[in-house]
Amino acid sequence: MLSRTAADLYWMSRYLERAENMARMLDVSYSLSLMPQDGRGDGLDELAMPLLITGTLDHYLACHGQLNAERMLHFFALDEGNSASLFNCLRLARSNAHAVRGRITSDMWENINAAWLEMRGIAEQGLGRYGISRFCEWVKERSHLFRGATVGTIMRSDAYRFIRLGTFIERADNTLRLLDARHELLGEESENLDDRSARAYYQWSALLRALSSFEAFAEIYRGSPRTAKVAELLLLRADVPRSLRACLVELQQILASLPGENGRPAQRLASELDAGLRYTSIDEVLEIGLHDWITAYVEQIGRLGSAIHSSYLEAA
Amino acid sequence: MDRVFYDEMHDAHGACRPHYQAFSAWLSDTPSDVLAQRRREADLLFHRAGITFTLYGDEQGTERLIPFDTIPRSIPMSEWRTVERGCIQRVQALNLFLADLYHEQRILKAGVIPPEQVLANEGYQPAMQGLNLHRDTYAHIAGVDLVRDGDGTYYVLEDNLRTPSGVSYMLEDRKMMMRLFPELFAAQRIAPINHYPNLLLETLKHSSPLDNPCVVVMTPGRFNSAFFEHAFLSREMGVELVEGADLFVRDEHVYMRTTAGARQVDVIYRRLDDAFLDPLAFNPDSALGVPGLLSAYRAGNLVLANAIGTGVADDKSIYPFVPDMIRFYLDEEPILANVPTWQCRKPDELSHVLAHLPELVVKETQGSGGYGMLVGPAASAAEIEAFRARLKANPGAYIAQPTLSLSTCPTFVENGIAPRHIDLRPFVLSGRETRLVPGGLTRVALREGSLVVNSSQGGGTKDTWIVEDC
Repeated sequence: MLSRTAADLYWMSRYLERAENMARMLDVSYSLSLMPQDGRGDGLDELAMPLLITGTLDHYLACHGQLNAERMLHFFALDEGNSASLFNCLRLARSNAHAVRGRITSDMWENINAAWLEMRGIAEQGLGRYGISRFCEWVKERSHLFRGATVGTIMRSDAYRFIRLGTFIERADNTLRLLDARHELLGEESENLDDRSARAYYQWSALLRALSSFEAFAEIYRGSPRTAKVAELLLLRADVPRSLRACLVELQQILASLPGENGRPAQRLASELDAGLRYTSIDEVLEIGLHDWITAYVEQIGRLGSAIHSSYLEAA
Repeated sequence: MDRVFYDEMHDAHGACRPHYQAFSAWLSDTPSDVLAQRRREADLLFHRAGITFTLYGDEQGTERLIPFDTIPRSIPMSEWRTVERGCIQRVQALNLFLADLYHEQRILKAGVIPPEQVLANEGYQPAMQGLNLHRDTYAHIAGVDLVRDGDGTYYVLEDNLRTPSGVSYMLEDRKMMMRLFPELFAAQRIAPINHYPNLLLETLKHSSPLDNPCVVVMTPGRFNSAFFEHAFLSREMGVELVEGADLFVRDEHVYMRTTAGARQVDVIYRRLDDAFLDPLAFNPDSALGVPGLLSAYRAGNLVLANAIGTGVADDKSIYPFVPDMIRFYLDEEPILANVPTWQCRKPDELSHVLAHLPELVVKETQGSGGYGMLVGPAASAAEIEAFRARLKANPGAYIAQPTLSLSTCPTFVENGIAPRHIDLRPFVLSGRETRLVPGGLTRVALREGSLVVNSSQGGGTKDTWIVEDC
């Protein structure tokens, strides 16, 4: 497969996965911002979090000056000038799909093109009329639909593999960042690993719901969500599809199945990371400190992404 | 001046022509709200499928839909047979002309075409001189534009031998009609065209002396006006769609960059002009091409479809000589007629043109896409005078033709159904044999009275049916 085609497929699915995860995050922040807050009580810290995670808070402040609920939501969801907005994630995903529309099935292409056309309609209408929760649900649903069309129609060739590589690299990164941010926001409370406060409960369960893992948590742990258990679920459980471990299992297998000799560095790194995670316990993670451990791991995922780029996407 | 137009569906007395009767009966039986609903459905489907083109000069590069009309253009089989033979004859002669021109130049020596007409032409590529091509084929894919005058006679308006486009619309229009109105295809035998990509791939494979050559489609990129078509054809044929940056040349062979390393490419169906192919040989500013491509081509390690330098044969200043080429190379009389053409480079013909500008169509010899032309009867006095100045300044760059009364076909317009002017572009493939699928792209000028069918000028398309004679 052409390296450029592989790159377009990879980034198509990365951007779509990013849109989905950002929508999940936005939904959580929005619903938490509606809860009674400690201190200021306006929920603005909560709403600023998506901007903080995506590194766009400074850009927002430069454009709008102060924190304002409606403006922040619009900036994050629909602002064309914000390169990390959901609007732009979908635009880029669709633009990559357009470049390789001959290599994806027409079901896939029509699906993502329809999503983009609808996104433009929503952007014209504005979030106010559409409703932020409904919008986040819609983004998630479009991502599910596209993945369904992909799994259901595309041949199991390298094209499929590069699409999935993009999905899991992005998801691994996003899951780490979401966990980290939520942990940071809890602050000192999260250091108390046995924290039974209502706030900790709502924070963790909102995160689990955002990552569609609430039911899994309830089934596995049969108790209230606490830092250690939530971290274990989202980092180390191979059977939870949005966990770091699950992403690495996929990444390692996909990379191992790609033909050619030039992929060795990426293949080796993925195998190392996969093996490392398999034999890590949550106690070891907490000993290092959750934030430090995640920060180091985000870098590893970045290295794996670069290795994929130099091995396949910029090859020959 | 009252003009007589040939109506494709009705004869001079208003009676429905036999090959349209099945359709006409269906049309009058189908309630208009059903028709309107199906038309909206078609728009939606085209939009969702992103069957679009990009307009040049549009800063935003907006993708637009080509308007699709649901009333088909229908041609009886017996009539089609003549058109088909005529197109094959013409493309064969043009390929023979190109092979002769780039080798012995017998036709110039025989005085049939003035040498300066050819050798000073911008489309003439000295780099092709003496180069032997497999099967002597230069134009593997040709689009022959046909129109019908008042009495229904077919005329060739121009030959497109560089990178003719539109075949994807021909195929998508048919798919759409079959999806919207399957009952019509049950009521009547309409010749199938869906195997075109298959024939195209065969043609491309046969263009190479290798047994199983690696074929790719080359596009200038996703912002090109015809990108949809490039992606469509590569997908239908199951071959890679490459851009210049995906290819490189090493030791006079062309390779593409793949995830598993370099892979040799043998045949390039290229959809960009000669000038952009190789920055070392042609336009040095081109970022679309592949440095060294021409060296691989000249070494015989690569087939380009179409070949470099075919533009000299579809230039409008060469067009008047095509009937002579047919006589010269094939020793046959042309089956399809040329439109009478005045060559403005000749002083006496120029003065005739200048005296009759309001009645004529004047075109740039190098132009295409309906840009830079004057349609006399439709132009204002000021437009004509502005054009007169340009024409006088550089007469060699123009030809003129009488304003043909293009045939009309009933078409859905805002207030119901009305006749609109159409043309026809069949696509001729030259591989082991010269052939075409039964049909072509019918373009329709949607503005009332307009004779310009180009999509860049607001034209639409129709499905084209070749039907068994009744």
